[in-house]
Amino acid sequence: MQTTLRKWSLWLGAAAFLALPLASRAQLASDQLKVWEAAPGSVSHIGNITGHAKDAAADYRRYCVGCHGELGDGNGEVAQWLLPPTWPKPRNFQLGIFKCRSTPSGTLPTDEDLFDTIARGMDRSAMPQWSTFTKQQRADLVAWVKHFSPRWANEKPGDPIKIPPEPEVTPERIKAGRDVFARVQCWKCHGVQGMANGPSAATLTDDLGAPIAAFNFTEGARPKCGDTDQDIYRIFMTGLDGTPMPSFADNIKPDEAWYLVFYLRTFMHQHSKEKEMAKQLGLKPVDPNAPPPAASGQQ
Amino acid sequence: MRKTFNFAAVLSAVVLLCCGALILNQNVSAAGEGKISGTVKFDGTAPHMRGIDMSKDPYCVKAHASDPAKMETVVVGSGNGLQNVALYISDGLTGSALTAVPSEEPVFDQKGCVYTPHVLAMDINQKFKVTTSDQTTHNIHPNPNPMTGNIPWNQSQPPGASPVEKSWKATEMIPVQCNIHPWMHGWFAVVKGPYATSDASGNFTLNNVPAGSYTVTAWQEDLGTQTQKVTVAAGGTGSANFTFKGK
Repeated sequence: MQTTLRKWSLWLGAAAFLALPLASRAQLASDQLKVWEAAPGSVSHIGNITGHAKDAAADYRRYCVGCHGELGDGNGEVAQWLLPPTWPKPRNFQLGIFKCRSTPSGTLPTDEDLFDTIARGMDRSAMPQWSTFTKQQRADLVAWVKHFSPRWANEKPGDPIKIPPEPEVTPERIKAGRDVFARVQCWKCHGVQGMANGPSAATLTDDLGAPIAAFNFTEGARPKCGDTDQDIYRIFMTGLDGTPMPSFADNIKPDEAWYLVFYLRTFMHQHSKEKEMAKQLGLKPVDPNAPPPAASGQQ
Repeated sequence: MRKTFNFAAVLSAVVLLCCGALILNQNVSAAGEGKISGTVKFDGTAPHMRGIDMSKDPYCVKAHASDPAKMETVVVGSGNGLQNVALYISDGLTGSALTAVPSEEPVFDQKGCVYTPHVLAMDINQKFKVTTSDQTTHNIHPNPNPMTGNIPWNQSQPPGASPVEKSWKATEMIPVQCNIHPWMHGWFAVVKGPYATSDASGNFTLNNVPAGSYTVTAWQEDLGTQTQKVTVAAGGTGSANFTFKGK
């Protein structure tokens, strides 16, 4: 009796084991996937490098699939352990919605945007910096990431926003940046001292309904989409799609945007030039109860 | 002589054809004047709509000093009329009645830290405007399903900002929210063809409906959808009355 049972359980186990890859194969052979793989757009262009999706398949399986999943839907086997807001969920590439773009809110990012994101990684998330990849590998992966979403077959990336050359930092410009900060009310989420403790910070949720934290400028962390002056300019002008951070491109003029970058810098590094200037100016945090200053003429 | 006769025959045929075309055309435009009207009622005890705590933003509190803000998930008005129900023709429309895009631009205003109207109906590809009447910053963040062809976006509107003008590509009931004021929640009801939303008494009219048989759908964000078959005579008025039962 014992042996018969054991024999049966062995057979059953073997059958289940054999059936498992069948299920995942069936999923891979779905018509949808075939359509996407045949769709144009599975090529990327970064400078003079051309990336091909088929060349990234092995890298994707090895390095990305754990979080982003076989189908690029952000449901890899690790995804369930990533709990927001500490660990944001992996992106669902099928939707074609990305935080870090040089393009307006609601448009596809450029190939360079995705290329930079792979190398930069995502600070305060499970996404590491993939700077160990060659440029060719990253370009191939960009093409692979694109092949998951049908959007690239039907849409073009948005026009990247234009960033004028950075002016010199002066105390007047930092002060003007403070006015922009007060007028568009960045402090509602980010707090009057950039400590992510504004009145609306506690209730922020992303497009999936998961809690998400506003960026705290004072902890020494890097902004998710880069920490150069240009990156910060781009972040608030294009917004981070899929998150509560909106685009301010319609409401902040290009020169004002630079002043805002300078003012945000006063929160950021312990010994930055801007912080020193703000100290000498005796610049106080904005008063959340004061009415917001009027715009200096709409665009 | 024979030639002249031939010519006259051809001429009269052409004239007849033209007249026929004109008459047919008239028929089309006359049929365009039909409409479907009716009332949406709520059956049962109107659910309690929670008051909104706006203390996060003193401006919003002040705006509602004399008129406390309440949730607008189910708004039952006089005579049990159900407000903010989106109505549209889900089946039976053909030709230009289906494809024509109205040129007027519906407006979705942010006033007193709530959306006015709570549900904005529109045609696909029809332009609409989002405006702000508030002295506080809002962000307009619609969250459609990108798989439909409608792509989510997120725009800020500080006090005095110019309107945001947009349109949607596919039919969908799109939730829209403000992340700065998390109680602000509304809908873009994007449909194909004539549309309406019920007023405070639950009344609605779908205009520009050609003669024919249709399925009219009523959509309420919390109570779901209902459909009804309606026949409209040329230039006439079809009637469709809906009753949503409370949960």
